[in-house]
Amino acid sequence: MTEFLQQLVNGLSLGAIYALLALGYTMVYGVLRFINFAHSDVFMVGAFAGLYLAPLAPGGSILGGLLVVSGAMLASALLGVTIERLAYRPLRQAPTLNVLITAIGVSCLLQSAGQLIFGAAPRSFPVIFPARALSVGGLDFSSNQVVVLVSAAALVVGLRLIVFHTRMGAALRAVSQNPRAARLMGIDNDVVIRFTFALGSALAGAGGVLYAVNYPTIDPLMGVLPGLKAFVAAILGGIGSIPGAALGGLLLGLVETFVGGSAYSTYKDAIAFALLILFLLFRPAGLLGKARVEKV
Amino acid sequence: MKFVFPFWSAALLGLATALTAEPIKVGEIASLTGKEAAFGQSSHKGTVLAVEQLNANGGVLGRPLELLSEDNQSKSGESATVARKLLSRAKVVALLGEVASSRSLEMAPIAQRARIPMISPSSTNPKVTEVGDYIFRVCFIDPFQGTVMAKFARETLKARRVAVLTSVSSAYSVGLAKYFKERFAADGGEIALEQKFAEGDKDFKAQLTAVRAAGVDAIFVPGYYTEAALISRQARELGLTLPLFGGDGWEAPQLIEIGGQAVEGTYYSTHYSPEDTAPAVQAFVAAFRARWNGETPDAMAALGYDSAFVLADAIKRAGSTEGPALRDALAATTGFAGVTGTTNMDPARNASKSAVIVTIKGGQFKFVQSVAP
Repeated sequence: MTEFLQQLVNGLSLGAIYALLALGYTMVYGVLRFINFAHSDVFMVGAFAGLYLAPLAPGGSILGGLLVVSGAMLASALLGVTIERLAYRPLRQAPTLNVLITAIGVSCLLQSAGQLIFGAAPRSFPVIFPARALSVGGLDFSSNQVVVLVSAAALVVGLRLIVFHTRMGAALRAVSQNPRAARLMGIDNDVVIRFTFALGSALAGAGGVLYAVNYPTIDPLMGVLPGLKAFVAAILGGIGSIPGAALGGLLLGLVETFVGGSAYSTYKDAIAFALLILFLLFRPAGLLGKARVEKV
Repeated sequence: MKFVFPFWSAALLGLATALTAEPIKVGEIASLTGKEAAFGQSSHKGTVLAVEQLNANGGVLGRPLELLSEDNQSKSGESATVARKLLSRAKVVALLGEVASSRSLEMAPIAQRARIPMISPSSTNPKVTEVGDYIFRVCFIDPFQGTVMAKFARETLKARRVAVLTSVSSAYSVGLAKYFKERFAADGGEIALEQKFAEGDKDFKAQLTAVRAAGVDAIFVPGYYTEAALISRQARELGLTLPLFGGDGWEAPQLIEIGGQAVEGTYYSTHYSPEDTAPAVQAFVAAFRARWNGETPDAMAALGYDSAFVLADAIKRAGSTEGPALRDALAATTGFAGVTGTTNMDPARNASKSAVIVTIKGGQFKFVQSVAP
């Protein structure tokens, strides 16, 4: 029983990071209908922004940690907006496939630039939050895991407030439902799209720092694997759905952890992805996605 | 440095001619940049130091050695390309390299086909020298390392039940785990649990929670330093205070940098320790520090150094730089006293020599014991 609960805690803290990343994929898909493959590299840049900001903030305190996370979110938001302006906006009228290929190109560019600028060798990440080992009723976890879970929950709640209780959020939902109608209602689509990228990239930046806090080695290719998993989580939750992405992330983290702790740890990823395929066979729109009828 | 003295007599005679004689070209391939740059840089610095010392003492056969170094950027495929380049363009008489077994396996067939001897300083996977009779190494192999750690776990750690965490995507890890398990079981120990992970994984909590539930005395982690450090950290976060131990893949300053407090009291086996009080080791450490800004040489540096001296010794005994003659001389290497112990080439062209066990105490690598083969 203790082992089960311990794995539950492990799985949730891993899933929380997938959830943060998955939100970015799902939001961009919601408004632009394409998968932003460069998202996982924004996550990497967020972690490196954290690395360079860490010496400037008081180390090992909650305030210092929050400052580093906020700084990394800001840097990632700026990067996301820049990518959108330079790479995606010129292709606004082009077929989705062109944008998709461009996204893969941007991803390669960021990875190679990262290797040039940050160096290809893994770097160790400093302690930015107070680090303590906690033990409650046979369950052991680190204070960093608590930080990750609490921050992820706070960010998801914050995102929900923005999307459902602000004018910008309403505009975002409008563009997502029907871009042309939204424009007719006087919404500037470009502003909304820029805002979406800023928000999604900020979440990826936060995810990057939180990931680095929990697994303190970072390198320019660190985004590839979590990015792939988060993408899967977004699909699992129903792409385009914000609560779906969060739920999908948690679910994937849990499945991976439970399989990883079983006798079948060799097939950890294979089993996680096989489950996904099985699930999508029965619910093609994902957990919380709405099935849409494609008009041909 | 006992093995340097014989050169002194030749030095006085040879010095004058060495400066004018045609140099003996030796190729070196190392991961000077990229993921395993820490390994390649160390090995390279050791090799450079050895060649400089040899030349300062008049070179070999009255000719200076010329080291031609190539970087494979830690990438797969690159070692074969640069090996071909060194052999066909520079016409080197021998190849030194690589650290990683997978990259040594790439260049070995090329050296074998060209009938040019290759000496790997520190690839421990048995397959490397099985490529052919021109491939040598100056380090011990994984079956020995696995045996040493199994004995250490049974006798020194007094472990009865051990968990093994293996990286399924690394030949080194799978091989070392296999030899460890065989010996540990033969010694009456029990492998309570074996959990797997893949290269690039960063979350090991799931596997470690299963290890915790299995109630073991120690955890064996055959892998490289990044994973070993992360696994140690996460084990401590889960409240596991038991000892972790591994092989020579742990040897890098990054182990302590990433692992911090968590790697305290962990153990690994390696080829040499700079704390060894043997005069040859201390002379090497002093020379290395003087040459490379006070840096302390690690095992990769010591093996890189020894690989160049083993080659020079063979060239001298062969009296020639022709491939087949050099090969025969290398194969006949016995009782060669180097920094990493005495090298005897066995019939499979592997050096049988002693291993060293190191622990981490107060953020420093500390010598524990030496284990003879």
